[in-house]
Amino acid sequence: MSFITRGFSGRSRERDERLPPGQTLVHDFPVLSAGPTPEVDTADWEFTIRTESGERRWSWDEFMRLEIEDVTTDIHCVTHWSKLGTSWRGVSLDTLFADVETDYDYVMAHSYGGYTTNVPLDELLDGKAWVAFEFDGEPLDPEHGGPARLLVPHLYFWKSAKWVRGLEMQPSDDPGFWEQNGYHLHGDPWKEERYW
Amino acid sequence: MSGVQQLQAAPRTGWHVAEVVETRRETPSAARITLDVDGWPGNLAGQHLDVRLTAPDGYTATRSYSIASSGDGERVVLAVDRLPDGEVSPFLVDELRAGDRLEVHGPLGAFFVWRPPADGGTGRPVQLIAGGSGVVPLVAIARAHAEAGDATPFRLLYSVRTPDDVFFADELETAARGPAPFAVEFVYTRRAPAGTDAPVGRITRERLAAGVIGADAAPVVYVCGSTGFVERVAGWLIELGHHQTAIRTERYGGT
Amino acid sequence: MQHFDGNLLAGPLADVFAFDPTGARARCNGCGAVAELATMLVYRSGAGSVARCRDCGAVLLSLVDGDGRMFVNFIGMGAIEIATTGRDDA
Repeated sequence: MSFITRGFSGRSRERDERLPPGQTLVHDFPVLSAGPTPEVDTADWEFTIRTESGERRWSWDEFMRLEIEDVTTDIHCVTHWSKLGTSWRGVSLDTLFADVETDYDYVMAHSYGGYTTNVPLDELLDGKAWVAFEFDGEPLDPEHGGPARLLVPHLYFWKSAKWVRGLEMQPSDDPGFWEQNGYHLHGDPWKEERYW
Repeated sequence: MSGVQQLQAAPRTGWHVAEVVETRRETPSAARITLDVDGWPGNLAGQHLDVRLTAPDGYTATRSYSIASSGDGERVVLAVDRLPDGEVSPFLVDELRAGDRLEVHGPLGAFFVWRPPADGGTGRPVQLIAGGSGVVPLVAIARAHAEAGDATPFRLLYSVRTPDDVFFADELETAARGPAPFAVEFVYTRRAPAGTDAPVGRITRERLAAGVIGADAAPVVYVCGSTGFVERVAGWLIELGHHQTAIRTERYGGT
Repeated sequence: MQHFDGNLLAGPLADVFAFDPTGARARCNGCGAVAELATMLVYRSGAGSVARCRDCGAVLLSLVDGDGRMFVNFIGMGAIEIATTGRDDA
């Protein structure tokens, strides 16, 4: 029985052909969160990749000695906003997986605070994903996932797990937090893979 | 509300079409909006409703607002504060006018409500604590208490920026003059009324302790305001000996 | 991120239950605390609402509004206590 309320348009919703279907441009950086913002000191931070056979682990200092890349990319949130040309600095997942052996095809990203999200491994390699620690020339602030977040810009932004602390290889594409709660297992914005 | 409390049946709710009867300035940043809600079943003091607005392109926005009125009938009064970054509240405060229609869902809220004691006798005393526009559901509770002529002792501690920002000032004054025992105390965070020496500044634990019914009288306490305000106040209340189950909180979240 | 409380979920939960359950108590599977749904800490964004136990922070339920569908997951809750007699409008 929905009807139009006179004079209401909501926040302005800009269209642009670089935008996937159903997306509108924003200039701010809305926050999407499932819980309190974890406060993680870089002195305590560590990042792990766990496979069926073992674990690779980096401290913050070790991480900063890895090859660091500048990334400029569009990002698309499932809540219908997109930002174009955002700039990040981080370590490519290709670098992190260089010495990792695994027969599993799927990854569960784990975050400080308990958040999880699932991504197929081949969607994280070949220059498609980073662990980012700078946004717009500044250290990533905690609201936006600092000290470091996953950055998988070709998928909806909930896949770019904030406060990431590790990746766990898994044999099947088990769902992460939002994926258990209605969101699509894959999340391609160009196919509008928003919900189940 | 000690260990065992009576489990209250929750009222049924539904979506209704509301027509704006009147909208007028409540404070420099807020509007008082009177609605006629088709099929509204009446509401308890302290309840809220969800407002849904729909744009011509089908975009919808839904927000929760406390109800300043209570009782039977299809007339519902809201008071909405304009949040600078908000999407819905600036529209409701600045654009909405009599004759406009919107959708409302309610009445909602089965926890942050007050009912007059059934036997007319005095129950436990009631302390209301408001931060800013969090006073709206507490106004409904204070007015219901006054209209029932209920003998339960009531107090309101109201933290507000300046005297100009007080919501429902006349109604609160009327309630305080009525036969139902009700006292109001203000904490001004930016500017006190001219000619008074009331201290100015954010509420402190000491001001809270001095301004509320003591834990020894075992009041039921209703706290409504921003998340920060509610959590500060609720934390202090527990430190002051109030039991967690005697404290009812509501954090407002409309934008 | 700023959180709110379970009062804010009264509307969508009323759509699920056909009445407003926020005055009802539920048991947290994480720590065993029993409290009214209104007292849950609610984290809300465009993605959905996540309600957590005020005592231990465990996720009690999530609500996702999926473009004309709603996904409800009472993932962290034991029983919900609901009055079956004395309903005002029964």
